[in-house]
Amino acid sequence: MIAYLAKRILMLIPLLIGITLITFAVIHLAPGEPVDMQISMSPKVSAEARQRIREFYGLDKPLHVQYVQWLGRMARLDFGRSFAPDNRPVTDKIAERIPITLSLNIVALILEFGLAIPIGILAAVRRDTLLDKGITVFVFVGFAVPTFWLALLLMYFFGVKLGWLPISGIHSLGSDRLGPAAWFLDMVKHLVLPIGVMTFGSLAGLSRYMRSSMLEVIRQDYITTARAKGLPERTVILRHALRNALLPVITFLGFSLPGLIGGSVIFETIFAIPGMGLLFYQGVMMRDYPLIMGILVIGAFLTLIGNLLADICYSIADPRIRHGRT
Amino acid sequence: MRRWFRALLVLSLAAPFLAACDGSAKPPSHLSRGPGKPAYGDSLVEGTIGEPSNLVPILASDSASFDVAALVYNGLLKYDKNLNLVGDLAQSWDISPDGLVITFHLRRGVKWHDGGDFTSRDVLFTYHVTIDPKTPTAYAEDFKQVQKAEAPDLFTFRVTYGRPFAPALASWGMPILPAHLLEGKDITKSPLSRNPVGTGPYRFKEWVAGQKVILESFHSYFEGRPFIDRYVYRIIPDPSTMYMELKAGGLDMMSLTPVQFRRQTETPEFTSRFNKYRYPSSTYVYLGYNLRNPLFIDKRVRQAITSAISKDEIIQGALLGMGQAAHGPYKPGTWQYNSTVKDLVFNPEKARTLLAEAGWKRGSDGMLVKDGRPFRFTVLTNQGNEQRLKTAQIIQQRLKKIGIHVKIRVLEWSSFITHFIDKRNFEAVILAWTITQDPDIYDVWHSTKTGPKELNFINFKNAEVDRLIEEGRRTFDREKRKKCYYRIQEILAEEQPYTFLYVPDALPVVSARFRGIEPAPAGISYNFIRWYVPKEEQVHP
Repeated sequence: MIAYLAKRILMLIPLLIGITLITFAVIHLAPGEPVDMQISMSPKVSAEARQRIREFYGLDKPLHVQYVQWLGRMARLDFGRSFAPDNRPVTDKIAERIPITLSLNIVALILEFGLAIPIGILAAVRRDTLLDKGITVFVFVGFAVPTFWLALLLMYFFGVKLGWLPISGIHSLGSDRLGPAAWFLDMVKHLVLPIGVMTFGSLAGLSRYMRSSMLEVIRQDYITTARAKGLPERTVILRHALRNALLPVITFLGFSLPGLIGGSVIFETIFAIPGMGLLFYQGVMMRDYPLIMGILVIGAFLTLIGNLLADICYSIADPRIRHGRT
Repeated sequence: MRRWFRALLVLSLAAPFLAACDGSAKPPSHLSRGPGKPAYGDSLVEGTIGEPSNLVPILASDSASFDVAALVYNGLLKYDKNLNLVGDLAQSWDISPDGLVITFHLRRGVKWHDGGDFTSRDVLFTYHVTIDPKTPTAYAEDFKQVQKAEAPDLFTFRVTYGRPFAPALASWGMPILPAHLLEGKDITKSPLSRNPVGTGPYRFKEWVAGQKVILESFHSYFEGRPFIDRYVYRIIPDPSTMYMELKAGGLDMMSLTPVQFRRQTETPEFTSRFNKYRYPSSTYVYLGYNLRNPLFIDKRVRQAITSAISKDEIIQGALLGMGQAAHGPYKPGTWQYNSTVKDLVFNPEKARTLLAEAGWKRGSDGMLVKDGRPFRFTVLTNQGNEQRLKTAQIIQQRLKKIGIHVKIRVLEWSSFITHFIDKRNFEAVILAWTITQDPDIYDVWHSTKTGPKELNFINFKNAEVDRLIEEGRRTFDREKRKKCYYRIQEILAEEQPYTFLYVPDALPVVSARFRGIEPAPAGISYNFIRWYVPKEEQVHP
């Protein structure tokens, strides 16, 4: 087991280097440079000033030199400073945005699973009834409706018309003067709409998945046996069928782990939530190489770790994997 | 947008916001509430699409940073409500008879927000750090014209130029930085970029990344304590959300789009809560031709295209009437603007005649052909600007009617600049320039500025314009300068290197509880420190 683990962890290093090499090359191949955003088209900028700014950022060196320098800093866990005019350390910029993105995504994920699984079970059990069809329509409406449009409608209705919920941001003005409970409640109010819309949009995929997985299990002989034993239908479904039906869904959960630090540009733009999605988007638009690389490396690292954890879990569950036999 | 140094920002990416503005400001649409009594207190919350990037102004280039910096810092000079240069940190100034030496007499008793005294040492430092090759700033050019800068005593600052340089005075509106906090340090890593210390009416309080910047009034400001206690700059990246926040009371001030101004803010409910303002912004949008391209070498062809385009139709269609036709590189109503220039009027017949004279014949399909080649070209414009795209589409329709086939291509900003503008790889573009308060247009129109990465990217070369531009920047005499710029406008109208399209209007809206707003040629924000909310209407404690 230890040898297996060590092997897997060592394998991460070339993988990570490979990923960074490719991403580094790709973003530098994209036309344009950070300098353009700052100074292009300003009548007060001379070509010389431009050259100075390029040197300041080290963009005048050949690409492979830039990569090796970057890799060297990376090895010391130095993500460098952003090329944006604020010139702040990339880690600071990421650190101030990760908490909100992470907590939003976790809450949304919990809600998504908490709602989609019962919905899927219900649809499977009541297969082909009006309820099943109603659920299908509901989740697919959520899937098909453009989220930005739905978000704007809800904001208008609950925020402007009724005045029940705040429209954007994550805190009210002056919320820092509130007590902790009121402060938290203020934040919850701000997050109702974004999390609600986010969850509604993602119900379709998982609930359909759950439904078909459940249907497959229900058809199996052991369920018939359970029913034949005279167990109540409730027990048959929730005890015996659900366990097996959940297995593929857990794999689904594994896939969504790396997505936790990724944000959605559209959501964050509409709800004015300062998250990772917007940060990354702005980074790409400004060709802020250190920031882009920083986010990608963290993302790649988390994905690899996620895969590793999944593999470990599998190997615990299945001895054939850890002994390399099939 | 507040004071002069907004003028440095040159090409506006998105719709122009509240840019320093001019002239025919219309009275507020609603004045039913009485003026009330001036009182201290309350906060103003303004919405912005973009987050400021760096609050050390010489390192920033975005309007959000300048908006905040304008309240925190002062320059030596500023533009007053009528766009005349007046003293700010400088009480007065003398210009030597030969125009080479400017002596600034600084205001005494001015304090930095941290309590330090403002002196000529700060001015000297700001000058040195701006021209320092290690400072990655885009604003060193004007200061490089200075031959010698000296501070003979604590409250005198003197600069000597090699040749008279008319834009010099305006260049001293640059925000002055605190020497005692920055001297001997690496300015790019200074904490001041997130926590600025200035001499201005508002002092920095807090910046919550991605959400808001909060400023507090500086009680010992040299022009007196501002009435509004707090100024909050909220970052809301989506315009529709911002508009809903305004209606829900989460914002007090923002810029409207033409559609919002015309169609969504006319209800009595809205007009009783908000005042809308409208005045020309400081940008002009143009259709620029690549003059290296054989298609556009003949000036009759450029004149024909301008004649075939109805500027009024574009203003109605793309801006819903919220703008005015541009005829040259200056803003209508400023002293340098030549209103007697005869621009080409919309006349498709004349366009056809001109094109026929230039050798273009109608082909079998009705499209123009010369030497077997059809007249077709591509117009490029940048992504994310709805108004420019609509403008391009209207032009496309109009030119099709006289037999020119136009394609439109929308490009992401950074690639647009590097691959197309910098490499001169374009036929025609729709872009905009910010109109600076000083009329010097050397960098955009002088023939020496056609080199790689320089701004005369359309390759306009005209010996007379070159001479006039140089003459204009070498004298302080406004009448002499005026003559030069008047003549330049006549030449540009004749040559049509650009088809000047329109000057869009700035459309700010402010909550009606704020009083003391007096629209002037400089816009509305020039007297922000005199805005107030009567005690009984204040909403923020």
